[in-house]
Amino acid sequence: MPIVYYLYLSLALFCIGIVGVLTRRNAIIIFMCIEIMLNAVNLLLVAFSKMHPPKAGIDGQLFVFFIMVVAAAEVSVGLAIIVMMYRRIHSVDVNFLNRLKH
Amino acid sequence: MNITQILVGSLSVITLFSALMVIISRNPVHSVLWLIVTFFSISGHYIVLNAQFLAIVNIIVYAGAIMVLFLFVIMLMNLNRETEPQKNKWLKLAGVLSGGSLLLVIVAALHTGDIKAMAQVKEGDIGLIGTLGKELFSTYVVPFEISSILFLSAMVGAVVIGKKE
Repeated sequence: MPIVYYLYLSLALFCIGIVGVLTRRNAIIIFMCIEIMLNAVNLLLVAFSKMHPPKAGIDGQLFVFFIMVVAAAEVSVGLAIIVMMYRRIHSVDVNFLNRLKH
Repeated sequence: MNITQILVGSLSVITLFSALMVIISRNPVHSVLWLIVTFFSISGHYIVLNAQFLAIVNIIVYAGAIMVLFLFVIMLMNLNRETEPQKNKWLKLAGVLSGGSLLLVIVAALHTGDIKAMAQVKEGDIGLIGTLGKELFSTYVVPFEISSILFLSAMVGAVVIGKKE
């Protein structure tokens, strides 16, 4: 497959993630859109790792593996923060998080 | 047009459609279920690229662990269509416009460059577990161990944050 194809696919996926972050107010959905963006980057890294066939791509695929590891840690801490916020203000609406301002 | 191109094309359509449904659907539970479809189709892309290890890890870690965590939290909070907060339509329009203009700018930048590189599909032994495991436990053994410390601290952090004070 031409690499341009994967470039456009992950670009579209990344922009869908950005639009989701900008248009939703539910903190959990915003978090899921961040996961979509991470996956778009992972897909592009895997496609790039197959560009120079003999051996060159191993580093790229291990990089994707470490991105997944960090994403899993990030999700556990982030969801704990969201649960704590829900316990305080009984909502997951990010608009209620502007209280640091006052 | 051979069978690989048809496969990759249909997988891409499924990926983009389900990712769109994640941000469109009003019910958060439906969003999570569509996100699982997205992750499975991305795993399909990995299999076509012969990155078998990453395909399996993607299914286990993302579709298995992370999505169950999301679903669990959403059901714990009893979120549904009625409690879902909505932005007003001008803010939504602004968000779609800014995301779309980012897409437009990068597509325009890619369009002028004449990229002829090919990604190798259905062959190559880069993505096999043996190859990646040897490299992971020799060259990358220090980052691997550090990631275990990261996991431990994330676990402790989640417990500390979630604890009632």
